[in-house]
Amino acid sequence: MTEPLQKMEAASKLLELKNIDLSFGGVKAISNISFDILEGEVRAIIGPNGAGKSSMLNVINGFYHPQQGEVWFDGKQRHAMKPYQIAYQGIARTFQNIALFKGMSVLDNIMTGRFTHMRKNMLWQALWKGPAEQEEIENREFVEHIIDFLEIQAIRKTPVGRLPYGLQKRVELGRALAAQPKMLLLDEPMAGMNVEEKEDMCRFILDVNDTFGTTIALIEHDMGVVMDIADRVVVLDYGRKIGDGTPDVIRNDQTVIDAYLGVSH
Amino acid sequence: MASSAQKQSYPAPGLDTFPKLLQHNARMYTHKDAMREKEFGVWQSWTWSQVADEVERFALGLQANGVKAGDAVLIVGGNRPRTYWTMCAVQSLGAVPVPTYHDSVADEMQFVIEHSEARVIIAEDQEQVDKILDVKDRCPAVELVIYDDPRGMKGYAPDVIEIKDFVTVQAQGEAVRTQHPNQYQELINKGKGDDISIILYTSGTTGKPKGVVLTYDNTLLTGYHGALMERLTEKEEILAYLPVAWIGDHIFSYAQSYTMGFCVNCPESTETVAADMREIGPTYYFAPPRVFESLLTSVQIRMEDAAPFKRKMFKYFMQVAKTTGIKLLENKPVGIVDRIKYALGNALVYAPLKDALGMGRVRLAYTAGEAIGGEIFDFYRSLGINIKQLYGQTESSVFITVQPDGEVYPDTVGTPSPGVELKIADNGEVIYRSSGAFHSYFKNPEATADTKTSEGWVHTGDAGFMTSNGHLRIIDRAKDVGTFNSGKMFAPKYIENKLKFFPHIQEAVTFGDGKDDCMAFINIDLGAVGNWAERNNIAYASYQELAAHPEVNKMVAQSVSEVNESLLDDEMLAHSQIARFLILHKELDADDGELTRTKKVKRKLINERYKVLIDALYDGKTQCFIETEVAFEDGRVGKITGDINIHDAKTFNPVAQAS
Repeated sequence: MTEPLQKMEAASKLLELKNIDLSFGGVKAISNISFDILEGEVRAIIGPNGAGKSSMLNVINGFYHPQQGEVWFDGKQRHAMKPYQIAYQGIARTFQNIALFKGMSVLDNIMTGRFTHMRKNMLWQALWKGPAEQEEIENREFVEHIIDFLEIQAIRKTPVGRLPYGLQKRVELGRALAAQPKMLLLDEPMAGMNVEEKEDMCRFILDVNDTFGTTIALIEHDMGVVMDIADRVVVLDYGRKIGDGTPDVIRNDQTVIDAYLGVSH
Repeated sequence: MASSAQKQSYPAPGLDTFPKLLQHNARMYTHKDAMREKEFGVWQSWTWSQVADEVERFALGLQANGVKAGDAVLIVGGNRPRTYWTMCAVQSLGAVPVPTYHDSVADEMQFVIEHSEARVIIAEDQEQVDKILDVKDRCPAVELVIYDDPRGMKGYAPDVIEIKDFVTVQAQGEAVRTQHPNQYQELINKGKGDDISIILYTSGTTGKPKGVVLTYDNTLLTGYHGALMERLTEKEEILAYLPVAWIGDHIFSYAQSYTMGFCVNCPESTETVAADMREIGPTYYFAPPRVFESLLTSVQIRMEDAAPFKRKMFKYFMQVAKTTGIKLLENKPVGIVDRIKYALGNALVYAPLKDALGMGRVRLAYTAGEAIGGEIFDFYRSLGINIKQLYGQTESSVFITVQPDGEVYPDTVGTPSPGVELKIADNGEVIYRSSGAFHSYFKNPEATADTKTSEGWVHTGDAGFMTSNGHLRIIDRAKDVGTFNSGKMFAPKYIENKLKFFPHIQEAVTFGDGKDDCMAFINIDLGAVGNWAERNNIAYASYQELAAHPEVNKMVAQSVSEVNESLLDDEMLAHSQIARFLILHKELDADDGELTRTKKVKRKLINERYKVLIDALYDGKTQCFIETEVAFEDGRVGKITGDINIHDAKTFNPVAQAS
């Protein structure tokens, strides 16, 4: 385990959460949570059902603004944002339930991920020739590299709705990658997959981290997967943080074990 | 027929190796595409002069890394331009490329690495490098691995072995070239026609694989003269999608491309082959029979789902094609009305269909490897696709026989190729002598001596005979051919293939060696017969029930009698008509050890396990009880029991037929 430790010392904090409180009416989803995500690491968020994992992810990407506490992203403190500002800040995500355009082809779906990189206005795009065309070609080329990277050449033109679940998940990852994010949030990327699909997805996540140096935060239920691919793990239970550290530390943490297996009172 | 003693000519004097041919092509076809690969959704191309440059730099780079004449260099990769360039670069140094199947598991790869004594391996990607590292301990000779695709290779620094990027090696070569501009030329000038050009390991259904050593005179001359016979030109387009370690790909996509100067297209990935083929529209194409068969099935299924008008149009024009298309293809006289009908059909059906199959521009298609059904064969030919059968093996550099234009029959494999002498040995085995006949088996003189006689005759292991019009007909593996008590030949696979061409027969096993008559086990095709049962309101709960249904038995009896009738056409085989048959109560299954994993029948095991049934067939019983163990997919073992009905088949009297 020396490798991730060295990586951590060298890296700076990409995201820092300080004493976050988030509630919906009277329901407290997250209370007083602090942790950080370092540049270039794979950070897993785990916890039993209802622990506040997805809420946490929504706080990280700015969709929810916490009532209390500070969020620092990329060296700046974050304030409440409008949805388009969220899109432009450099965080891309995939969803627990796939959220693709079912009737559009794989290629078009991934192209939508390039939206934040298109500078030409609607008029240019309607004219098509000239700068807008050039821009489209550049973006298409970028998307083709992602298609190659994810090995989905054969389904490039297939409507997403016709694809099996595992492949749809891969397409969703592709769309997130197309935004060239600083940080990638994956909400249960392996849910509902068979062993082979899980192995593929693990390899892609590690390859993304390795090749592009993208920082990854992921929520996952499969402990085997988490312990294998995460550099550090944060554990939530009932909206509180009960553990934080490398997989080895977490594996042997009594509080975490109790939260997962239950304790007799 | 040219004797093997008289050497065939090179494409031009002195062009006796592939590196020399490459230089020649770079001069002749400087700006013509030599290779294309679809990458990032776009076809990237390289001209002959660009390929020559890539190969030269890589060759000099390999030399800088210590590769020298006589070394074996292992190549593990799919159909990618760099895989083919590596082959030529290795040959430039006088070293020997040893391509191996990139889908083989680490242990299989280890055997080839060890046996070939390769010191340098060129691997396509991380997956292949990982396999090599897995078996590294057992292959101490390996010193250097060069990889093509850098993805995931960051941080690979094992201490036992050196790992380099393809482009790094090319850069080393570039540096050498700047200092010594003539070095490459001097290297390739040393090569000559009888040098070893390649070692190909055969898949080896029995025992360990054997390394077939081939010289330039084998591959280059055979490929070149095969291409001349078919009048191939530099304008052909071919899709390289079959394993590079297979002799067919080596001849079609390498030897013939270099000798004729035509372009080789590499698909984007193995899953995109069909789409890439449509985009390229190859003019020269090879596929094993099962590919043609599955394409035809998919066409038929899609037509069944089409609108009634389209379906009728398709049926009508396919009938027209059947009567007219083949005649047109073979330049036989056709009336004006038929010609007009065919032209109309071409506009409405054939051309769009061929385009959908990616065969719109195919001038020449080969198929080989196993028997192909007459229906399938005729379907493609009636569309105007010149598909022909050839017969060959790794040891012959592919070509032994090819069907000449205008003499194409579904049941023969054609006449001897240029430079091939063919004989039928006393035991019925096909033997040949040719310019393509292999040099030897690598480090295996016993096997070489067993297969190749001192006069150069090579044993194919296949039994066959020459038909009255001079064509070769392959009937079976020589070791499977038996004799009836009458002393006449019994070729089980030949009869079984005839049976299997019926869509409702899945598998068949025939018996007759050392007996008076031929008997058969039949497996029905659950898909096809089940479909038929559904349409005819026949209820069934299991394979066993369906197989025992009287109507099904009647249908199979009809097929058996048709096979018997067709056997009459051949004097050699007329006596092997099926006397009695039965439909097995279970499907023969690889899980039960009855078939090999590639679905070949294991005769010996079936002979033992079903002895009761075989005896019943020969005893004249009409019913027999059987109990068989079956293995379920989860590993449990169960039993299937049942009474099986045995039927007499309708046979035909050869004498009556003749009179």
